[in-house]
Amino acid sequence: MESLFLRTAATLIVPLQIGLSVFLLLRGHNEPGGGFIGGLVCAAAILLWGISRDFPTARRLMRLHPTTLIGLGVLTAVGSGLAGSLLGLSFLTGVWAGSIPWLPFVGEVKLGTPLYFDIGVYLTVIGVITQIAFALEEAD
Amino acid sequence: MGSALAITIGVLFAVSIYLLLRRSLAKVIFGLMLFGQGVNLLIFSAGKMVRYRAPIIPPDATTPPAPYADPLPQALILTAIVIGFGILSFSVALIYRAYRSRGTDDLETEEETR
Amino acid sequence: MTLRPDILIALPLALPFATAALLILLRRWVRLQSAVSVLGAALLFADGIALTAAVERAGILTMQSGRWIAPFGITLVADRLAAIMVLVTGFVALMTTLYAVADIPERQTRAGMQPVIHLLVAGVCGAFLTGDLFNLFVWFEVMLMASFVLLALGARAGHLGGAVKYLVLNFLSSGLFLTALGLLYGKVGTLNMADMAVKLRGGDETRLALAAGSLLLISFAIKAGVFPLFSWLPASYHTAPIAVSALFAGLLTKVGVYALLRAYTLFFALDHGWFGPILLIASVLTMAVGVLGAAAQYEIRRILSWHIISQIGYMTLGIALFTQHALAATVFYVIHHIVVKTNLFFLSGAIEQSAGSDRLSRIGGLYRAYTLLAWLFFIPAFSLGGIPPLSGFFAKFALLRAGFEVGAYFALAVGLLVGALTLFSMTKIWAEVFWKEAPEEAPPPRRVAPLRLLPIACMALTTLAISLYPQPLLRYSEAAGAQLHDSSVYIRAVLGKEAAP
Repeated sequence: MESLFLRTAATLIVPLQIGLSVFLLLRGHNEPGGGFIGGLVCAAAILLWGISRDFPTARRLMRLHPTTLIGLGVLTAVGSGLAGSLLGLSFLTGVWAGSIPWLPFVGEVKLGTPLYFDIGVYLTVIGVITQIAFALEEAD
Repeated sequence: MGSALAITIGVLFAVSIYLLLRRSLAKVIFGLMLFGQGVNLLIFSAGKMVRYRAPIIPPDATTPPAPYADPLPQALILTAIVIGFGILSFSVALIYRAYRSRGTDDLETEEETR
Repeated sequence: MTLRPDILIALPLALPFATAALLILLRRWVRLQSAVSVLGAALLFADGIALTAAVERAGILTMQSGRWIAPFGITLVADRLAAIMVLVTGFVALMTTLYAVADIPERQTRAGMQPVIHLLVAGVCGAFLTGDLFNLFVWFEVMLMASFVLLALGARAGHLGGAVKYLVLNFLSSGLFLTALGLLYGKVGTLNMADMAVKLRGGDETRLALAAGSLLLISFAIKAGVFPLFSWLPASYHTAPIAVSALFAGLLTKVGVYALLRAYTLFFALDHGWFGPILLIASVLTMAVGVLGAAAQYEIRRILSWHIISQIGYMTLGIALFTQHALAATVFYVIHHIVVKTNLFFLSGAIEQSAGSDRLSRIGGLYRAYTLLAWLFFIPAFSLGGIPPLSGFFAKFALLRAGFEVGAYFALAVGLLVGALTLFSMTKIWAEVFWKEAPEEAPPPRRVAPLRLLPIACMALTTLAISLYPQPLLRYSEAAGAQLHDSSVYIRAVLGKEAAP
């Protein structure tokens, strides 16, 4: 689908969406947001890029194949769960290791396994959504 | 409000079961979608429809001040929506493929042509 | 660095997920991927052994994930039943990943399937270990999603109808499960199964709980393939590649049986109300209809699919009788059946590779051409039929004895008759495939790849071991049955000492 309006709008909106997705990801532990929602927003950005230009371009924009993202995401999430176990705590217990005192828009970001878990979810969601969308697009 | 919710749930279940009993795959999919929505509403109603406070514990207390609302049904519904979304999007793709390879969306014709 | 013993409970969930993720990343290196897949399954098997040993030694193990104390967090519980189910799942996963290497020759398909197999195993293990009803739903969905993908990836064109039936009925089953869960949560305000048991037992049997119990019964019966809710099973199982349908045949319906066992021993007392009689009637009909359906089929894998249904009837019969011995018999039956049925599906693949067909009319004379295969087939097939001294005999004998004690003579008579018909069915395959002269148009039999024979031989030896030394497993399942029958042990293990009813 070729539309000048959509192309121009996408050029503006997509970077904002990706920024918003990272914002949602980072604040998600205690505020509304989180890996799942962040991942959805980021996937929506990639798909908007694909609709406004074409899907091969959107694929290239991602650098990594969607399934690779799923693999990395699941591995990150499982690893964050096991980190607690390796330290002698229960599976999935949160382990915290310091914090970044201030980031623009987000404020304080605590570093620890829950954040890694969220990052894993984020990557997995992006991978799954884009994979489904690309597969459906190819089937047409 | 409670009875309106109950009627809505009942209608959703009835419509979805009617659609699920049809032979056309497209209607079956619509039936599954509505069924999922009915179930979600039912869980929502299980959490009791009340105007209570959010269950957040103040810094100087160990329990949230009563009366507070039950947060769990929302978490359950959210999970169920996510899972339902995944399975539905997959089944739409699968049924589309089945339709393309057979040229019909009738569930029963396959046995004869196999 | 000290590891807590409860990591043994976390690993059956973490390992398959981690393996699946690694396999996705390794999908371009198919050989390496297969090796990692087998290794991951072997580690799971090892963990299953360690878990069973730990449960045998120390009693029920629990793990509060994320240190959220029960009943508020998600508790993982390994009692005797769950531990041995994880052990058997690990074994089947190991055998299947080995078999898949030879069975799915298209490298790309295999690369896509291996991670999903592990995802399915994660769902199965999660369902066995969880102590939380909603979490059980989530694991069911993980398992279902993986099985959908496996069916859709593997189905030949024109066979998608089976996958669609499977999908729709199982989605419906999940919806009913969720409905029951909503009703139960509205009634008792907890999702922890042990806590639910305490609260449901405290109150009298109200209509809402009865409605939820019936919905759960239907939902789990669909998953287990109990009469009259089995139609998805024979429509779909034969369409997938053999490694996949063997995995399905071994594990999926048994998860339904496990859920029935758990729900109706723990928080719905089966001896109250009419759950018991309904399940009894359904079990008898399941046995009969399954075996009659099998008699009408002339393709090996279709015959075997119908026999799954018939055998499920025996397992649910044990639950319906609801004595300690009957529950123990069900546990023994489930384990025996997983090993035997998976192996029979593997064998159907080996026969198809050797004779070039799955249809009985196009095969013949394999005994002379391939005696080893014949004997490998003999062990699981006649174990399924219940010939002494094979493992199926002990399973049926334990069940019959338990039924005799409570005087369920009609069910026992049907069970014996169905056993005879099962034997007839296995003899049919045996006579047609191995003894009959090869039909003229049949190609000369080919050798079966050694990588296919290895898992078949391993599983046949396992069946033989259970047959010759049934005592350890019989003792273990007797103790598991006792644990299931007296649910206060489970409840105390999850909620602490003072929670016993």
